[in-house]
Amino acid sequence: MSRTLIIVVVIALILGMYGCSSYNGLVQEDTNVQEKWSQVQTQYQRRADLIPNLVRTVQGAANFEKSTLTAVIQARANATGMKLDANQLTPENIQKFQAAQDQLSGSLSRLLAVAESYPNLKANQNFSELQSQLEGTENRIAVSRNDFNGAVKVYNQSVRSFPNNIFAGIFGFPVKGFFEASQAAQSAPTVQF
Amino acid sequence: MTLPGVLQAQDSSTSDPSAIIPDKPNPPRLVNDFVGILSSSERSQLEQKLRAYNDSTSTQITVVIVKTTEPYPIGDFAFQVGRKWGIGQKGKNNGLVLAWATQTRKVFIATGYGLEGAIPDAIAKRIISNTIVPAFKQEQWYQGLNDATTEIIKRASGEYKAEPRQQSDGDGFGEILIWVFIAFIVLYFLSRRSGGGGNNRNRGGGFFPPVFFPPSTYSGWGSRGGGGWSGGGGSDFGGFGGGSFGGGGAGGDY
Repeated sequence: MSRTLIIVVVIALILGMYGCSSYNGLVQEDTNVQEKWSQVQTQYQRRADLIPNLVRTVQGAANFEKSTLTAVIQARANATGMKLDANQLTPENIQKFQAAQDQLSGSLSRLLAVAESYPNLKANQNFSELQSQLEGTENRIAVSRNDFNGAVKVYNQSVRSFPNNIFAGIFGFPVKGFFEASQAAQSAPTVQF
Repeated sequence: MTLPGVLQAQDSSTSDPSAIIPDKPNPPRLVNDFVGILSSSERSQLEQKLRAYNDSTSTQITVVIVKTTEPYPIGDFAFQVGRKWGIGQKGKNNGLVLAWATQTRKVFIATGYGLEGAIPDAIAKRIISNTIVPAFKQEQWYQGLNDATTEIIKRASGEYKAEPRQQSDGDGFGEILIWVFIAFIVLYFLSRRSGGGGNNRNRGGGFFPPVFFPPSTYSGWGSRGGGGWSGGGGSDFGGFGGGSFGGGGAGGDY
């Protein structure tokens, strides 16, 4: 009975198993990131869908300052034009995506702030419901971004750490980007006095 | 049934910023007054009502009262409590957190994913500004909470039904299968071994490929079962079911 053969087989098995489990782990984490990303996109989409309604309500209820409205419409067009597939989540892409969305957040919160000075708009039931929907959507965006960041963190950690980084290199699992907690713009458009 | 009100009051007096999100209450309960602003009879009345609703619908409406949620906005606080405690049933996500910070005078209704349809943000906002805020302005705390939960119950009824509690869930069965599978393989090799004979030796390696272990991602075989249904201390509330929250809901000041 050759002992070395058994030892070699056992080592090969352990390595193979480790490779498998490492690959499976990476796949799972990758899938998790993609799932979280789709949540992020859903929530941003939801916000984009609310905006035409908001614009219409604002236009209908008050003779509203034009420039604020067009800024929102423009920013929305930019943000929705920015589609990012789940397999293109490089740090640069995420950054661009975030920049476009943050611009929309900024102009939206400006609009809501300006709206405060239009009493008939504030009294408008439709507007106040839209406003609470928008606030809720900002909350959902924040939560989904957080979840996404969490998933990316786990994923990046295992992609970078040894010896997973070897397997990640072999199987092609690049490091992914995440949302930076950015310039005030991303905070929910709440208005306070 | 005991409601350890004294303990709760003490918990909140130590203002430790790192322990902002309170731990899951043990024994589990739906009305969590960490401030002690409600009288014990009010608390148990509200608890009874919410438990009854949980029993019939499995929808878990939880009231969490703290002094302050700093540094988190109250909304964040409510979502995090909902997730940490696992309010609502797993899969249905029919949990709701009614959070109230007495010092900062803020209220927030956070809806689990599964209740966002029954109680959309605009409705949550309306419940807060039409029901809670007027009552709270007159310091009618209990009345505000009671009316608000009644309103929520009315809105959410018909969405979910309670299911009989399960003793063993699907996970357990899967684990058993895996263990049986492993035992089978071990036995198989042992028997081949003892069958002796040098001829078998070379074929040994060929069998292995279908064996895969999901080890690194699978955490804790044993710790799974210990989830929600602890049924603590003779109370008839079974515990939180593992629901999740995605940012739905609305808040307001009073």
